[in-house]
Amino acid sequence: MIAVDKENFEQEVLQAEGIVMVDWWGPKCERCLELMPSVEELAEKYAGKIKFCSVDTSGNRRLAISQKVLGLPAILFYKGGEKIDEISGQEIAAEDIEEKIRKYTE
Amino acid sequence: MENVYDLLILGGGPGGLAAGIYGARAKLKTGIIEKGKPGGQAATTEELENYPGFGPGTTGPGLTGSMAEHATQFGAEFIKDTVVALDLTSSPKTITGKKNTYQAKAVIFAMGAEPRMLGVPGEGKLRGKGVSYCATCDADLFTELDVIVVGSGDAAIEEAEYLTRFAENVTIIVIHEEGKVDANRVSAERAFKDPKLKWKWNSILKSVNGDELVESVTLKNISTGEEEEFPTDGVFIFIGTQPKTELIKGVIDLNPQGYVITNEKMETNIEGVFAAGDCRDKYLRQVVTAAADGAIAAVAAEKYIHETELWEKEVLSPDHPVLVAFYNPTDMAGTEKVGIIDQFVKENKDLSLVKVDATRNELVRKRYQIDPSKLPLVFLFSGGEVKAVLEDISTENLAQLVK
Repeated sequence: MIAVDKENFEQEVLQAEGIVMVDWWGPKCERCLELMPSVEELAEKYAGKIKFCSVDTSGNRRLAISQKVLGLPAILFYKGGEKIDEISGQEIAAEDIEEKIRKYTE
Repeated sequence: MENVYDLLILGGGPGGLAAGIYGARAKLKTGIIEKGKPGGQAATTEELENYPGFGPGTTGPGLTGSMAEHATQFGAEFIKDTVVALDLTSSPKTITGKKNTYQAKAVIFAMGAEPRMLGVPGEGKLRGKGVSYCATCDADLFTELDVIVVGSGDAAIEEAEYLTRFAENVTIIVIHEEGKVDANRVSAERAFKDPKLKWKWNSILKSVNGDELVESVTLKNISTGEEEEFPTDGVFIFIGTQPKTELIKGVIDLNPQGYVITNEKMETNIEGVFAAGDCRDKYLRQVVTAAADGAIAAVAAEKYIHETELWEKEVLSPDHPVLVAFYNPTDMAGTEKVGIIDQFVKENKDLSLVKVDATRNELVRKRYQIDPSKLPLVFLFSGGEVKAVLEDISTENLAQLVK
């Protein structure tokens, strides 16, 4: 997982080759924190197939809003600088994230 | 054996955690199934200052975190799985999760409740795009933005105050007339004095508007009938909760709102199945009452397990016929008759006798539908089944019974 912020989002996510998954989280978001180990596992499992990034929204609020993220946790998928898919909300489970990843790796 | 427990607790909120502490401490093999991190709804509350002994400065995640640690210290096992199906009437009871199947002698259902949705146009579509049900989770994303809060209960008023630390403007939409809120008086008075809070009285939300993000809401004044478009960036909805009881619908008795009906021992209508916390039909849903439910449920579950096992061993399993005498210890004439049975069994070596205080052992009393007004009663068990019942106890009748 690459920790991305407002300085390098453009380069690491929007200008990246292939598909990029971005995990938007915040230190006050309990659900984000509990999902994090599973997301990291997924990042290892699917390493090389898609690029995995994370953004701590607490220091990158304007970046989050520019990407229409106004609720956590949010998992967004990008390709060629465009957002192509997303899942968000308190109920998302690691299984849901993996399902999306599979959709873009198979 | 793996995945076989004495007690399985479904849900890791304060109710489940307290049950875990009591269950594990009573030396039951106790498992708590929770899909995420323990803590439940309480973990999404930043300020939690009404749990006895834990005053100002206490946080929801902090308090529930130490409850989880406490349960672990006593030996409760946390199982990270999502429950998808339950078979509660079988023995042992079977719980199916996404990852594994689990068995238990007793089950405590403590799945809690979740925020209720308003059900207005735009709400679902803009969830996570400005519509939120968790101030703690999302508040800092709304720094310097405008938000509204819908509702006037404890959660609405307290979370609105929390939001003023981040948002530029916080407006509370209240259905009641000016000055009337559903929240407790202490929170309400503090909120009325807060210059950062604004109020819209007599108002309801008609819709949430916006394309990709929330741009405005449509409000309706219920006393004048006027509608207005009110620009906002965020909509926080706190209009109560709904129980997470879909999985047990049709099996466990629920009230019309879907909350689990229990007695004061937290027993549901199904033997060996208990409920605790916010999923229960009760007067006050707070961390302290959830914890109390959990303690009661675990103690009742332990008694249930103990009684069931003893019954199995002494009455249902033996190869020889077993006489069971149900009596009421405060009834002197009745207990004298138990003496007759004692004597009879001494003279008939192929029999054994189990005496049950029917005023205490409710499990057995209910299972065999024993009428307390007819005590003492003698049941003849053989091969795990009731073969005959005797009401008029005498040596002659006992001889007739076992013949």
